[in-house]
Amino acid sequence: MRYVKPNSEKEATSILFAERGISKILAGGTDILVQIKSGVIKPDLILDIKNIPGIKSIIKKNEGYEIGAAVSGLEFNNDPELKKFAPGIAEAFDLIGSTQIQGRCTMVGNLCNASPAADTVPALISSNCIAKIIGPSGVRECHINEIPVGPGKISLKKGEFIKSIFIPARPDFSADSYIRFTPRSEMDIAIVSAAVFITIDKDKICKDAKVSLGAVAPTVVTVKNAEELLVGSKLDVNVLSKMAAECSSSCQPIDDKRGTIEFRSHVAGVLAKRAALLAYKRAGEKSE
Amino acid sequence: MSKIHINVSINDDNIEYLCNPEDTVLDILRDNLRLTGTKEGCGTGDCGACSIILDDKLVCSCLVLAAEVEGSKIFTIEGMANENELHPLQKKFLEHAALQCGICTPGILIAAKALLEKNSNPTETEVRYWLAGNLCRCTGYDKIIRAVLDAAAEMRS
Amino acid sequence: MTSQGNKTNRQFNVVGTRPVRPDGIDKVTGKALYGADLYSPNMLVGKMLRINEPHALIKSIDTSKAEQLPGVKSVITFKDFLSVDTNKNNDIIENCIANKKVLYDGHAIAAVAAINLNIAEKALKLIEFQLDKLPFVIDIDKAMEKDSPVVQAGRKNENVPNGFSDNVNSFCSFGHGNLEDGFKKAERIVEKSFKTPSVHQGYIEPHACLASMTLDGKADLWCCTQGQYNVRSICADIMGIETSQLRVTASEIGGGFGGKTTVFIEPIALALSLKSGQPVKIVMTREEVFKATGPTVSSLVDIKMGMSKDGLITAAHAIIRYEGGAFPNEIYELGAQSAFAAYDLKAVRSEGFNILTNRPLQAAYRAPGAPQAIFAVESTVDELCQKLNLDPLEVRLKNAAKKGTTASYGPTFDDIGLIATLEAAQEHPHYKSTLGPNQGRGLSCGFWFNFGGNTCVSLNINFDGTVCIVEGNPDIGGSRASISQMAAEELDIPLNKIRTVIADTNSLGHNDVTDGSRVTFAVGLATIKAAKAAKKEMCKRAAKLWNIDEEAVIWKDGHVLPAGANAGIHDPLSLKEIAAISAQTGGPISGHHEVNAEGAGVSFGVHLVDVEVDPETGHTKILRYTVFQDAGKAVHPSYVEGQMQGGSVQGIGWALNEEYIYDQDGKLLNPGFLDYRIPVASDLPMIDPVILEIPNPGHPYGVRGVGETSIVPPLAAICNAVSRATEIRFTELPLSPPKVLSAILKNQ
Repeated sequence: MRYVKPNSEKEATSILFAERGISKILAGGTDILVQIKSGVIKPDLILDIKNIPGIKSIIKKNEGYEIGAAVSGLEFNNDPELKKFAPGIAEAFDLIGSTQIQGRCTMVGNLCNASPAADTVPALISSNCIAKIIGPSGVRECHINEIPVGPGKISLKKGEFIKSIFIPARPDFSADSYIRFTPRSEMDIAIVSAAVFITIDKDKICKDAKVSLGAVAPTVVTVKNAEELLVGSKLDVNVLSKMAAECSSSCQPIDDKRGTIEFRSHVAGVLAKRAALLAYKRAGEKSE
Repeated sequence: MSKIHINVSINDDNIEYLCNPEDTVLDILRDNLRLTGTKEGCGTGDCGACSIILDDKLVCSCLVLAAEVEGSKIFTIEGMANENELHPLQKKFLEHAALQCGICTPGILIAAKALLEKNSNPTETEVRYWLAGNLCRCTGYDKIIRAVLDAAAEMRS
Repeated sequence: MTSQGNKTNRQFNVVGTRPVRPDGIDKVTGKALYGADLYSPNMLVGKMLRINEPHALIKSIDTSKAEQLPGVKSVITFKDFLSVDTNKNNDIIENCIANKKVLYDGHAIAAVAAINLNIAEKALKLIEFQLDKLPFVIDIDKAMEKDSPVVQAGRKNENVPNGFSDNVNSFCSFGHGNLEDGFKKAERIVEKSFKTPSVHQGYIEPHACLASMTLDGKADLWCCTQGQYNVRSICADIMGIETSQLRVTASEIGGGFGGKTTVFIEPIALALSLKSGQPVKIVMTREEVFKATGPTVSSLVDIKMGMSKDGLITAAHAIIRYEGGAFPNEIYELGAQSAFAAYDLKAVRSEGFNILTNRPLQAAYRAPGAPQAIFAVESTVDELCQKLNLDPLEVRLKNAAKKGTTASYGPTFDDIGLIATLEAAQEHPHYKSTLGPNQGRGLSCGFWFNFGGNTCVSLNINFDGTVCIVEGNPDIGGSRASISQMAAEELDIPLNKIRTVIADTNSLGHNDVTDGSRVTFAVGLATIKAAKAAKKEMCKRAAKLWNIDEEAVIWKDGHVLPAGANAGIHDPLSLKEIAAISAQTGGPISGHHEVNAEGAGVSFGVHLVDVEVDPETGHTKILRYTVFQDAGKAVHPSYVEGQMQGGSVQGIGWALNEEYIYDQDGKLLNPGFLDYRIPVASDLPMIDPVILEIPNPGHPYGVRGVGETSIVPPLAAICNAVSRATEIRFTELPLSPPKVLSAILKNQ
């Protein structure tokens, strides 16, 4: 195994493009080091991106935020304005692992690891975030939901890596939330999760909604039917109950050592309900 | 690939070492530098026994490559006490009997130190969530939490 | 945290206080040396080749390519142990390294020693082997069926009833009275089956050892262990050398809880060292610890219990089925014996079976066998209380064992603390507090026998009046502090004049393992006797000095002095003064004591827990937890509390989330701390310990062992609480959310 630490984007993409063996990007390392040790992956090359200029920056841009690929959970959650701007993404990011893991883990790493249970992905998708990708042919952008294509698989081409994630500006009176279920209070992989983004009008009627579920399918499930139920409502008990049922039935979960199909489906509905209420409440606070 | 040469500051000492690409900081601390106070409990970042402070951040040293830390600053349990005096956390752990076998203790002390440097007046819940990444099998955490809260109170006064 | 009911008349000065432990500074500064912290010159790294199959015949192993890899210094298989005829420890060495069959997922078939880890791992990949996969069995019911795959033939004891497969290798039965009559007297009878998974002790320190053996048969072994003498006996036997030739030194130990009372890697390291001529260090990975050390038995327990209208248990019958892996073990007996220990019953029977399966050989885990059986019994008592609308504490009090009770497993109890703990629970504010929606309260009794055992202590008085104590039991809970305290109490000198160290096997006679909650009791007892012997010798020296009879000198308040005016006028001499002239009065002064200690008192406990269950997700939150336990005499109350809290939290993990999960091919799915879920700090509230002190007549200060009882009650206490919160009776652990939610949804 070889280790390199390029000093520029260009150097990074050319090394990646030229590599004949298996290459892995290293930012926080909290996924790939575990996988290397267990023999799940056997990379020939580790490319450490942390020396690339701007890769650790948090930049305000176009009323949104550009988050560098090597920004850790600790750094993200240490920024009070950023936390207030995107509370759902912040809490999703904050839930990854322990305090120690937070000192290293990154959203981009979480995204590119492409676990169906990744915490940040549903939250990023519900917030319409964009990935900025550097490759041999230059820069391109795509929506977050286009990156993971299956468990452990992403759509990036040879020589490409993600430089940053853009969290776009939010309409007035909008807020997001992320809730996951784990057996213990910390230190677990999500058994099922829900990320909801709500926009309300000044009468507190929901104008727009995004509902994404994690760990219930190979990739994140966006539940259009649930979103349509929320729009035009004030999230009363009936609406929430129907929305929960839509979420439960749009899951395609598996039975594994962490949870059963019955459990994941049922709890997906419960969490979607709770996340919707939380996002709605937060949006409401903004309108006061 | 030949070994990688790294310069790093550990507990305020300037240290040099050679490492393989796959070595972790934990491997180097223990096997090369004989700083055995930092422990390996799992090797996968799930137990916190290998906790260190790296560039002011609390991390698991088993999940940091030794090759990554050129120019960095690392603090381990060996650097926690002054030459002559224990850190208040160390004193309070002894007073409160917050350790039994002691294997998790270095990791928890480092983690608690990082907490109190960030938040000098944590609540019980904040301490518990901060330390959730440090597993202890002997104490049930009760006396550990009390010791951290007591140390925080002493350090504030 | 309170202490209640000190019934001794003795006033203690040091015992019962909370001094800082003497080995504390080393542990808070990272200086203490644990198993993996020793490095020796010319040291090799040892690694074992483990097979990812639960059951297979080994057709061939070819290690030649591995042997030829530069940097590899020795390679071994089971063949390297064949020259020694070991009957006693055959199962242990076969569990470490496979003989003819791979018997569990993770079973090793070979080991290498090389100059570094990299080369050792490469060498493992060069070992070629051929296996014939065999059908496997890990489920208890399936393993008992006549047509089950047989794990090991020819291990069945004669007294095992007919009708089962050869995997059912052991049987026992305890009890007295007429069950049929007893059940006839019952107002209600509950008959239920209970299931608990295999769990692991979960110590944070993986096994590690450093072995050095030379061709003349001498060996040195450093390892993290609960019993260096036991390691010596086993390894000497396996390696074919005499015990005096093997010196075992115990490192500081990073948790054991029973799981480090045996060996998994030590004979391997010795054999690799002998063959290579160099010291060999082996450190297990966390995955190896889960797969190839000694998790507990898993259990199926059937209970039938009858209760009268006013809460008297009229008859009770338990059938206990334990599986503890591929080799026989005695835990089924401990389960059957402990099941009904808390109760004074006229008609009771418990039968125990051991079943062999394709899993690693179990090792003890804190009160081994008791949690599983008592979980079933205490759940049944609780259900009967619900059905008859009786208060669960009142019912326990009504049936509680007390002095004079003949236990279901035979002995008659002396002074015991069960009633005191039950009464303390009844009066505690926790029991009286109100519960909210989705909340439930559960309680359970707990019990452990506690043991005495072989113990040696040597107490040496230095010329400057300070004292060195040498004892042979690794300190897993703070025992060096307690032992120093007892010596300080007995000798009337300040605690800081004493240093207690733990001996290697050459420095003292045999000491039984640190287990059975025996150290504070037995080593304490031996220390007190050694101190008394030293005092006697000091009196003798004074008598010599004063030229009077030995009988005319007494010890009082830290001094030797004449017994009465007849003995003459002599100024009292302090221990320090006597020590200072000891060279002139005959030589250095010491006291020692060797014993196979008896008289360990049983320890009873009661746990109270409040939980809240989220009806939409099945998640259980622990709201409040109180532990009541009889310690006899708490030498160092903080360390007694620590045992109570630690065992409780292990029980909480067992009840809520911990379990060994296998796939349909018999392979372990969760050999790591991510998916083997032990409690983390944010899962728990403070654990409130209440120490009762009903002195044990068998110990000079009244001490009872406390280390193990506390893991017994949590299983039923939590299950009872969850059952009451959801109004559904649960009988299977762990109470993981999918299981609880499924039951809730079915019940709607």
